[in-house]
Amino acid sequence: KDDACCPPLLFSSQRRRVHGMLKLYYGLNEEGKAAEESESLDPCDINGPHFDPELYLNKLRRECSLAELMDQETCMVKQIRSLDSDMQTLVYENYNKFISATDTIRKMKNDFKKMEDEMDCLSANMAAITEFSASISGTLQDQHTQITKLSGVHTLLRKLQFLFELPARLNKCLELQAYAQAVSSHRRARCVLQQYSHLPSFKGIQDDCHAIMDKLAQELRQKFRDGGSSAKDLSECVELLLQLDEPAEELCDKFLSHARSRLESDLQGLEAEIRPYPSAAKDASARRSPSLADNSPKFNTLPSPTSNTDILEFIDRGCNEFVSSLCLVITSYQELFINHAQTGELVSKNIPQMANCKLHAFVDNLAARYFSLVERRIQEEKSVGDNSLLVRALDRFHRRLQAVAKLLPGSAVPNKGTEIVIRAATERVKQYLSALQSFYMDSLTDVRQALATPRLSVAGASVAGGGAHLGGPGPGRDAPNSLPELLSSLSASILNQIKSVLASVHLFTAKDITFSNKPYFKGEFCSQGVRESLVVSFIKFVCQSSRHFCESAGDKGGSTPPALLLLLSRLCLDYETSTISYILTLTDEQFLDQHHSPVTPVTTLCAEAKEAAQKLLNHYVKVQGLIISQMLRKSVETRDWVNTIEPRNVRAVMKRVVEDTTSIDVQVGLLYEEGVRKAHSSDSSKRTFSVYSSSRQQARYAASYTPSAPMDTNLLSNIHKLFSERIDIFSSVEFNKVSVMTGIIKISLKTFLECVRLRTFGRYGLQQIQVDCHYLQMYLWRFVSDENLVHFLLDEIVGSSAHRCLDPAPMEQSVIEVICERG
Amino acid sequence: MEDDAPVIYGLEFQARALSAQTAETDAIRFLVGTQSLKFDNQIHIIDFDDENNIINKNVLLHQAGEIWHIGASPADKAVLTTCYNKTCDSRVVSCAAVWRMPSDWETGSHESPDDTAHNPQTLELLCHLNDSAHGNAACVLWEPMGDGKRVISLADNHALLWDLQESSTQAVVSNTATLEGKGQLKFTSGKWSPHHNCSQLATANDTAIRGWDLRTMSQIYCIENAHGQLVRDLDFNPNRQYYLASCGDDCKVKFWDVRNIQEPVKSLEEHSHWVWSVRYNHSHDQLVLTASSDSRLILSNMVSISSEPFGHLVDDEELSEGEDNHQDDKGKEPLKDSVVSTYEEHEDSVYAAEWSSADPWLFASLSYDGRLVINRVPRALKYRILL
Repeated sequence: KDDACCPPLLFSSQRRRVHGMLKLYYGLNEEGKAAEESESLDPCDINGPHFDPELYLNKLRRECSLAELMDQETCMVKQIRSLDSDMQTLVYENYNKFISATDTIRKMKNDFKKMEDEMDCLSANMAAITEFSASISGTLQDQHTQITKLSGVHTLLRKLQFLFELPARLNKCLELQAYAQAVSSHRRARCVLQQYSHLPSFKGIQDDCHAIMDKLAQELRQKFRDGGSSAKDLSECVELLLQLDEPAEELCDKFLSHARSRLESDLQGLEAEIRPYPSAAKDASARRSPSLADNSPKFNTLPSPTSNTDILEFIDRGCNEFVSSLCLVITSYQELFINHAQTGELVSKNIPQMANCKLHAFVDNLAARYFSLVERRIQEEKSVGDNSLLVRALDRFHRRLQAVAKLLPGSAVPNKGTEIVIRAATERVKQYLSALQSFYMDSLTDVRQALATPRLSVAGASVAGGGAHLGGPGPGRDAPNSLPELLSSLSASILNQIKSVLASVHLFTAKDITFSNKPYFKGEFCSQGVRESLVVSFIKFVCQSSRHFCESAGDKGGSTPPALLLLLSRLCLDYETSTISYILTLTDEQFLDQHHSPVTPVTTLCAEAKEAAQKLLNHYVKVQGLIISQMLRKSVETRDWVNTIEPRNVRAVMKRVVEDTTSIDVQVGLLYEEGVRKAHSSDSSKRTFSVYSSSRQQARYAASYTPSAPMDTNLLSNIHKLFSERIDIFSSVEFNKVSVMTGIIKISLKTFLECVRLRTFGRYGLQQIQVDCHYLQMYLWRFVSDENLVHFLLDEIVGSSAHRCLDPAPMEQSVIEVICERG
Repeated sequence: MEDDAPVIYGLEFQARALSAQTAETDAIRFLVGTQSLKFDNQIHIIDFDDENNIINKNVLLHQAGEIWHIGASPADKAVLTTCYNKTCDSRVVSCAAVWRMPSDWETGSHESPDDTAHNPQTLELLCHLNDSAHGNAACVLWEPMGDGKRVISLADNHALLWDLQESSTQAVVSNTATLEGKGQLKFTSGKWSPHHNCSQLATANDTAIRGWDLRTMSQIYCIENAHGQLVRDLDFNPNRQYYLASCGDDCKVKFWDVRNIQEPVKSLEEHSHWVWSVRYNHSHDQLVLTASSDSRLILSNMVSISSEPFGHLVDDEELSEGEDNHQDDKGKEPLKDSVVSTYEEHEDSVYAAEWSSADPWLFASLSYDGRLVINRVPRALKYRILL
């Protein structure tokens, strides 16, 4: 039990001693806070700060047995002893150290004293040395000044010798054409000679030198004037002349005029390439015109109008010859007059500014001429086939001008160049628009021809009796079939053309083209140029030209083939439904990243296209209706209806009307959907017609016989009219076959009615009309949306002719049917 | 408002011919000629009582044949001309004649209005305007504002100028003009110009309009292809001597300045079928009446080409004193060419329309089914024109 109690005490005390310092430093017990707290709070901990001996003793006494107390006591005594001995050792060690420190301090005191003495001795020596050196220099002073004087004389003599030798040397230099050396020699001597010019000998030298230098300057000027020498030589000349105090302004002018003459020769070379154009073009166009006529009118087959060189070559030449030499001139000029002068004494004379002004004027002047040439050349670039050449040329043109811009920061030249590029681009867009327009008109002409050819052969075939010689199914059958094909090929070719034009125009905005990142090409060119004035204008042109077909042909109706009207109407409708938005989406994708300026919305164009389509279709209906009307009118007007014979046949004109209507139906059906018609009962031709003719019509005839009731004739038809809707004859039609056919038939039958009302009929005249109307009834009902319309109009025709009949005796319905079925 | 409603009168027979009684300037009176092949044709004299909104009719028999055109003498209320068809030997012949109404038609009708249908009086024939050499008569034109002594008849391709002598009982052809050209040319319609001392005539044949000088009987102008199809009717502007209106089968009404015949001055396309008749209002020439076989009658206000393009000309001077009136002027100026009204009272093709000679705000129209409709210019417009 004693063992268990003692070691912790010892252990902890040893630790305290070892780590006492650390504890002071860190203020922490290594066992952590908890341990300290427990330690500190326990009054029975003999090592803790709160140790209470009384408590401890009481505790021991209370808890421990006697033996344990004894053990505790011995243990305690042992510890106290060891602590005492430790303290003694520490005190001893401290004492020793203190003693040795005292010794060291005493020793130091002795050493310092010795050092002080030595320092005194050193300062005395130094004073002696100073004294000595002063006396030496005093003795050497005279000799030194003499030597300096001598060496001065020597250099002066050497200079004099140089001066005396100068004329000879200069002459030699002149002979050897080492102008630079001569000038530098002369420069060195010049001031001196100037200063001592009052001495005759120097004066002589100076005069000699002047003479020589004048000669030299003369020679230099000559060389400069000749201009044959290379640019490097030239610039050397200028440099020397400048050093010879030639007036800089004059030199600038001379330099520039030299440069100008050389650049002008370049320009003339360029101009020579353009100049032969008029005569050559005349020849070319004379040669081309016949070939153009038989060529297909696609414009990419057109050759470039300039025969000599294409534009890329031209621009290349311009760049390589003119622009590069211009750059060279600018560089050397700047080197000579601006950069060089800035370091020298010339700055004071404002020469850089003056030179700069001159340079700008010079460059602007020449560049303007160059630009005018380039523009002339670009204007000649009329063919719209290969745009890449032009774009590349413009790119090169623009790129090379950037060099000028770098050399000449304030110059207006690059801006003007950009303007030219912009002008060329807008011009190009215009050309594309007109090319598209002419392409469109040409394709319409093609379509017209395609429509006319089979039509002719149909006529020819019918004349030739079935067209057996034409073989196969015959073009007559092909003609209607080709209508949708024509439409699709027309719209496809237009679309392709637009796409290729867009692709061509897109070259202007390609990433690798230097000018494509100019704000114009990013914004306005895309939105105003391409979208508005190319695509939108073209679509508007299509609509307008379509409308034009209605107006120009409006009165006579003969100039435009109806099939073309129909085709165009469908084209416009297709544009309205899909093509326009497709084209614009395409354009916007390619060109419009962001909308800067307001652009024509798709809906406006669609509305325009729809309007055009409607107008065309209405016009088509009108024209076709007119053709049939004309047949009917002639047939009614030219016949003597009073003295006609008993009807045996349906008149040929009615068959023709039905035939024509059928072919129109086929034609319209090729391009337009069927459309809705009012439901009619099965076999409606028979049933309704029999009702129409047997009951109501008979009643009307009966009424007109009875002289007692003349009102009845009108009464019935008026009652009928009360319940039927008013019919607008030339009204707008819908975009479907039935509506179109209804329109045409309405117009035809109304004409028939009005013509009948202007005639007077005999008995057989009336009967013939009956037969004709029955025949029309049999065939026409199927074409219209509401067969009652046909019934009503035919009814009116028969009714009116009955009224206009001198001897109204209607034909038996059965007989009519027999005649009609016989055909 | 009540009297703005149209007044409708029904004839028993179909009818195409309508005329105002030109010489009558007090009563509103129209003449209608019927077309019937089976019964005796009639001329209905329609009196319109403006105050009571009542129509009085008198019937005169016209036994010669169905009437295609009727014209009232500008000098004598009782005299009129008709163009009629008659059949003889199973041939239809068009004739023209001058007639006089029996002197007591008016009194008779008032006494027994119900009997008229049963016991109508007959027209008294004055003279025939037929010349066997010159085919079928299409229409007869009285000299406007004349003394009722001169008429022109258009027959096939001839224009015949007749002098009526001995109180119109005798007609002598004084002059003729012949239309020459390829094919069978035929006058369809014509109009005697009230201007230039009544020395001009305009005629229509097929798609062309021609002007004639009656002194020399020679053509003075020709508007080829004036309309896309047949020209149906003409009328002269009563106030502007060179202005002429025409209408035709292309559904259009065109206004011409005969000094410049390349292009019409104005073209209207309001009708949806052939336009059969066009009439200028006699006093306010901006009001133009057109009748069409689409069963509609359209009254247009053609301010821009009228003789009063800025309203009543006299007004401007009178009004310059008053201040309030300037506002009125401004209010009037934006008056634009427009359709005033579309009348849809007819059920059948309307072949004729006429302004009343007595009341400038009143007009009649006649459709084929025999319906005569009398209408007025809308009051708002009337006041606008007047004030």
